[in-house]
Amino acid sequence: MPTEVKTETLLSVENLKKYFPVKRGAFRRLLYVRAVDDVTFQVPKESVFAVVGESGSGKTTLGRTVLRLIEPTSGKIIYKNEDFTKISLKSLRIFRRKMQIISQDPYNSLHPRKLVKDIIGEGLKIHFHMSSNEILDTVKETLERVGLREEHMFRYPHEFSGGQRQRIATARAIVLKPEFLVLDEPTSALDVSVQAIILKMFKDLKSSLSLTYLFITHDLAVVDYMSDYVAVMYLGQIMEMGTKEDVFNNTAHPYTILLMNSIPVPDPRHKNKKMIPKGEIPSSINPPSGCRFHTRCPYAKEVCKKEEPKFVKISKGHFVKCHFPIIE
Amino acid sequence: MKSITIEKRGKLRDFIARRKPIIEDWKHTLYLWKSTKLAMIGTVIIVIFILIAIFAPIIVPYDPISSNMSARLQPPSWDHLFGTDQFGRDIFSRVIVGSRIELWIIFLVSLISGGLGTFLGVVAGYFGKFVDEIIMRITDMFLAFPSLVLAMAFAAALGPSLTNTIIAISVVGWTVFARLARAEAMKIKKQPYIEAIRAVGAGNSRIMFLHVLPMCLSPVLVQLTLRMGTIILTAAGLGFLGLGVRPPLPEWGSMVSDGRSYLVAQWWISTFPGIAIAFVVLGFNFLGDGIRDIMDPRLRR
Repeated sequence: MPTEVKTETLLSVENLKKYFPVKRGAFRRLLYVRAVDDVTFQVPKESVFAVVGESGSGKTTLGRTVLRLIEPTSGKIIYKNEDFTKISLKSLRIFRRKMQIISQDPYNSLHPRKLVKDIIGEGLKIHFHMSSNEILDTVKETLERVGLREEHMFRYPHEFSGGQRQRIATARAIVLKPEFLVLDEPTSALDVSVQAIILKMFKDLKSSLSLTYLFITHDLAVVDYMSDYVAVMYLGQIMEMGTKEDVFNNTAHPYTILLMNSIPVPDPRHKNKKMIPKGEIPSSINPPSGCRFHTRCPYAKEVCKKEEPKFVKISKGHFVKCHFPIIE
Repeated sequence: MKSITIEKRGKLRDFIARRKPIIEDWKHTLYLWKSTKLAMIGTVIIVIFILIAIFAPIIVPYDPISSNMSARLQPPSWDHLFGTDQFGRDIFSRVIVGSRIELWIIFLVSLISGGLGTFLGVVAGYFGKFVDEIIMRITDMFLAFPSLVLAMAFAAALGPSLTNTIIAISVVGWTVFARLARAEAMKIKKQPYIEAIRAVGAGNSRIMFLHVLPMCLSPVLVQLTLRMGTIILTAAGLGFLGLGVRPPLPEWGSMVSDGRSYLVAQWWISTFPGIAIAFVVLGFNFLGDGIRDIMDPRLRR
């Protein structure tokens, strides 16, 4: 399994921060929303790296910042030994071909007044300067790859269902022959039966095009199905990170345990006696002192309120940000 | 060989399939059009107005410009349908030919003010920040003056002529479209499909003109139709004040002005061009209201 295989790192994120300035209160004090706060991780080539977290944990911002769709406040994004945060805006546009994103909302991510062939072919026009004939051929090929047919080329997005729209969005991304894809909750807007089919498509595409995914989701079942590596985010920070086996079977962080416990069990007689996270996620403008999770953690002690825990390695490739990690 | 057949097949299919939803949409629009009474009345008036403008040289019984002193100040009769003015010119002919001037003014002013306003508005809305500040403060400066007063100032500074009237009205009118297009562009640029096309690698000008601009056009077009009445009124106002089209040209506003001193005894000189102005303005207002209703998504489906 991936733990043992020595793989090349494709994307390496170091101390990435993204603060959004906001003005609050009577004096319009300048405060910052710490959407992504000091995040470090590595994505090995041709793997699926999943980022899980509640809403408001900053996982979507992370995905956008990695692609520089949002400029990071500080930190490094190293893609294939090149610092992605330092390259100029002009070369960024050329670079974008290799890194694509599929967003969570398939209903708003396609231009409503453009034909499918234009939506998919636009990137080809920008990057490869193909003739309209070549574009049509390439678009047709790509549509077939994502499970649509040639005749869908000359239709408008509103004529498609959610699942089909997500396929079109996928076609738009893969037509540029990218190496790295950010999947930002690609199935959260779809119904369950379609979700499975779309996930299967992503899995197939990954192996046939040797892609690397940064998979952002809140659904642990999807993580289990898709990913090789998992990072659990809470209030802009990674709480636990490791291979899927480590995080799921040797869970070390209380938050991850609580998240696992909150997966519903499809049995009416099942009485949930396990602990689940209480309350809401705190505000990321004014995050709790010390360990960010101490307000909701059942094991919190005095030290958790005062000191921020370090991101420590507890076994090979398994990291935890907790004062009292649960190690069996 | 193979690629050529694919292209032909693709183009034919493209032609039919591409137009199918558009045809459906137009059918629905036409149905709504027919069921909106005011829009129909407006359309009829405007169509008649445009037809008159096109066929003006065939319709007119007399030369609208050269004077005929032997037939001056005659009341409406079968010879002179709307009577004659103080220079013996047939009012009917002048009103008919005047429609061409009005149409030309509307066309050019719409093109200039609509185009300039939309362009500046989209640029301001898309870039935001200081570009937006600069463009919108200039817009505010223009909006700070009453539009007719500003148009008069421009017309007076440039001197009275048809071209200058058009320039003056355009310069005053673009602000409305700039504000509309800016608001729309600000809304559109935050849409996920714009971010998606940016992620594909499109540059600012491509996004702005090929993706944001087309989505801003429909409110601008509705507003443009609603403004056409105002354009005529402004042009007529300038003409009436002697700041518009030069006298021999039969512009309706200046014709109303010509009859001012004869109004009590020879009422027809001012009245008929006045009625023409009223009708066309009314027609454009009905049409504009109708289009606004038809474009309203709540009414559409």
